[in-house]
Amino acid sequence: MGAGRPLLVITAGCSGIMFAEFLQYLFSGMTIGATYALVGLGFAIIYNASHVINFAQGEFVMIGGMATVFLIHIGLPLPVAILGAVALAVVTGLALEKLAVEPARNADVVTLIIITIGASIFLRGLAQVLWGKEFFALPAFSGNDPIHLGGATLLPQSLWVLGITLAIVVALAWFFKYTLIGKAILATACNADAAKMMGINTQFILFISFGLSALLGAVAGIIVAPITLTSYDVGIMLGLKGFVAAVLGGLGSAVGAIVGGLLLGIIEAMAAGYISSDYKDAVPFVIILLILFFLPSGLFGARGTERV
Amino acid sequence: MSLLRVENLGKSFGGVDAINDLSFTIAANTIHAVIGPNGAGKTTLFNMITGVYQPTRGDIFLDDASTVGKPPHVLASRGMSRTFQNLQVCMNMTAIENVMVGRHLHLNRSFLAAMLRLPAIVRGDRQCREKAAELMEFVGVGQYIKTDANAMPYGALKRLEIARALAAEPKLLLLDEPAAGLNAKETAEIDGLIQKIAATGITVVLVEHDMKLVMHISDYLLVLDFGKKLAEGTPTEIRNNPEVIAAYLGAA
Amino acid sequence: MLAKLTHPRIGGLLILSLIIALLPLALPNNYYYDVAIKIGINAIVVVGLNLLIGYAGQISLGHGGFFGLGAYTSGILTAVYGWPPLLALLTGVAVVGVLSFIVARPILRLTGHYLAMATLGLGIIISIVISNEDWLTGGPDGMYVEPFTLLGWELYGEKPWYWVIGALLVISVWMAMNIVDSPAGRALRAVHGSEVAAQVVGVDTTGYKVLLFVVSAVFASVMGSLFAHYSGFITPAQAGFFHSIELVTMVVLGGMASTYGALVGAVLLTVLPQLLSGFEDFEMVIFGLILMLTLIFMPKGLVPTLTHKLKDWRGGRS
Ligand SMILES: Nc1ncnc2c1ncn2[C@@H]1O[C@H](COP(=O)(O)OP(=O)(O)OP(=O)(O)O)[C@@H](O)[C@H]1O
Ligand SMILES: [Mg+2]
Repeated sequence: MGAGRPLLVITAGCSGIMFAEFLQYLFSGMTIGATYALVGLGFAIIYNASHVINFAQGEFVMIGGMATVFLIHIGLPLPVAILGAVALAVVTGLALEKLAVEPARNADVVTLIIITIGASIFLRGLAQVLWGKEFFALPAFSGNDPIHLGGATLLPQSLWVLGITLAIVVALAWFFKYTLIGKAILATACNADAAKMMGINTQFILFISFGLSALLGAVAGIIVAPITLTSYDVGIMLGLKGFVAAVLGGLGSAVGAIVGGLLLGIIEAMAAGYISSDYKDAVPFVIILLILFFLPSGLFGARGTERV
Repeated sequence: MSLLRVENLGKSFGGVDAINDLSFTIAANTIHAVIGPNGAGKTTLFNMITGVYQPTRGDIFLDDASTVGKPPHVLASRGMSRTFQNLQVCMNMTAIENVMVGRHLHLNRSFLAAMLRLPAIVRGDRQCREKAAELMEFVGVGQYIKTDANAMPYGALKRLEIARALAAEPKLLLLDEPAAGLNAKETAEIDGLIQKIAATGITVVLVEHDMKLVMHISDYLLVLDFGKKLAEGTPTEIRNNPEVIAAYLGAA
Repeated sequence: MLAKLTHPRIGGLLILSLIIALLPLALPNNYYYDVAIKIGINAIVVVGLNLLIGYAGQISLGHGGFFGLGAYTSGILTAVYGWPPLLALLTGVAVVGVLSFIVARPILRLTGHYLAMATLGLGIIISIVISNEDWLTGGPDGMYVEPFTLLGWELYGEKPWYWVIGALLVISVWMAMNIVDSPAGRALRAVHGSEVAAQVVGVDTTGYKVLLFVVSAVFASVMGSLFAHYSGFITPAQAGFFHSIELVTMVVLGGMASTYGALVGAVLLTVLPQLLSGFEDFEMVIFGLILMLTLIFMPKGLVPTLTHKLKDWRGGRS
């Protein structure tokens, strides 16, 4: 790094640059981390309702971004396009549950995994047929004039990402705490058999969970698309990293998924900045392997003795 | 010398003591029963003895050597075997294969020899199958020798577990509620079977709620309540113990 | 003697050998030989993987990584360092064997989804390393690999490779079936049925899981090496996430815990993309749909479901 620079830099200035750099990585890490958090939350919600890992989760992200691009392309204003894209993702999620997951409820874990992988390949293929293989950019919600903060620059879209993520988290907390359906979802997560005996329709809960996590995924895909571009296959990596976020926080823990997502984004950005950007995509998987080796139930997962 | 010795044993699950400061011994060649109300910690005790759970406190000795910290398969090779309260039969295998798994420690376990199907493996397996069939006859499920495990009725599966445990040729056999869910006739048959097993020189420890069965076959009883020892003694002593009577009548 | 022939191990192996021996009569040109060889290579990997997934019940979404690691070890050592292919292949086995052994214990302590996550992560890391270290691997563009030679004899062209892979397939199936029907194999199946039950009769379940993980990884590595020499060109896709998924899908689609199911799965999933390549853009849509529908309607996979149906049908008639 500092090879060509004059050796006599005042310490304050140097640490100032270093701090600005750090801040820059932190901003970009939190922005991308927020999307991982939303995707991870989607994994957690479905996992809680059924112990199914939905490998098609990333496709909701893709549908969110791609459908918005497409709807704008046919002339709809951005807010309408966003609503339309979210609706499309939610319908896809609900259909996936009804048509693919529900009929196979009693199958082996591996079988279910492969079914959701099949679904993700199908959805990705469909997107490719409908929208092609190019990369698309979504216009930023409120311009691209960077905001300067402590020597680092912050895109307005990053604020949108963080703000919307925060709003969703608050809304979800309210939903789980105060609505009947939210409480039913929590009860099912806690103990599915007991919930069933209390008259909760756990099948319906799973159905709703798919809709909800499709919504979260779509929103994540839309808000991040102006920053990272979108294409028919963005769902693969975003989905896998969301899964990492969910496992990092301890599968099934909502708080864990959010913290896990943010943490993942930040570590990834730091590693890309300070170590090597080539290995950016490997970072989440290295982290998750280390976590699984040393803390097998994630950062926040409950630890218990398996009952015999 | 005692075969099994438990000293100040304790196990907590998230702050709740399932077993607390429990000590007792089991003499060789006896039938020993552990009784107590639901949730008293009987299964937890079995799990600690067989190495499935690790104790939070205290120690367990088999033949005067501590078993704590040893995984279940090591303890199995030291002569322990057991059945489970909630059936643990391998439903992906046939009945006789389940029993053959029980003979694992007495067979050639080499992966390489298996891969090449060396004559020793073939011979060993043939003898193992014969022995397993004998054991199935012995416990009274001879008619299921060619059946898949998942096609067998509940009562037969309970016996199949006993056959599997016996196949390991243990000196200490732990049975967790062998008569649970069985009707009176089947229970009487289990009674006879346990006596037959004990007669071959195997020390039997059983958890059982059926008092008639317990009082009839046990040499010695241990009564647990809330993870603690409430009483211990011969069936006659236990029957006349006021604390036991109070606990059981109170619970009923 | 006749009874012996109807035994699945002997009868099945006989039929398999017969098919392999007679198939060339029906293969019109080298393109078909090529597909047959790829089926064979996949089948051998999947027969090994089926021991892990189907019989022992341990999921792995990372075996593509081991395949790729074998392929690249062979490619690099022969092309860049001029090693003899057999030595390179064995080095690949050693590398994969050691790596899978080191990670096996912590990974296999996990169950279900955690295990899936860990193996998936491992595979992805391997493929990213291969993509990034382009000074050695050629990066995403791939690298050329020299033909397989042994003591001056060169294995080149579809026909000789067909017989080599065919013979290896028969041997692998034989060995896999031997394992299933042995003390070690019953122990492994018991791990799937009830791990705690296996433990209390003396099965070192962790030890067996580790061993099987390593053995199946080595199966993949050897086939990766051979594939590299056969095709002459490898890319990071061979180590990628999708290859791992493809392999697991072959196991599940054909039928878990059925060695012949694994073969059927390998045949179908190798042939299907060839058939679909005429559909261009619709390839992924159709592929995904077939995958979903088959498993929704036959969650146990093709071979177990169909043999079950056949038994019912026979039973109903007699
Ligand atoms: N793995 C575990 N995790 C948490 N708590 C447990 C676990 N196993 C047992 N317990 C608790 O320990 C206590 C004792 O349970 P245990 O199964 O040993 O009772 P038991 O005497 O066998 O009862 P039963 O007669 O109903 O079989 C119970 O309160 C139970 O909830
Ligand atoms: Mg119990």
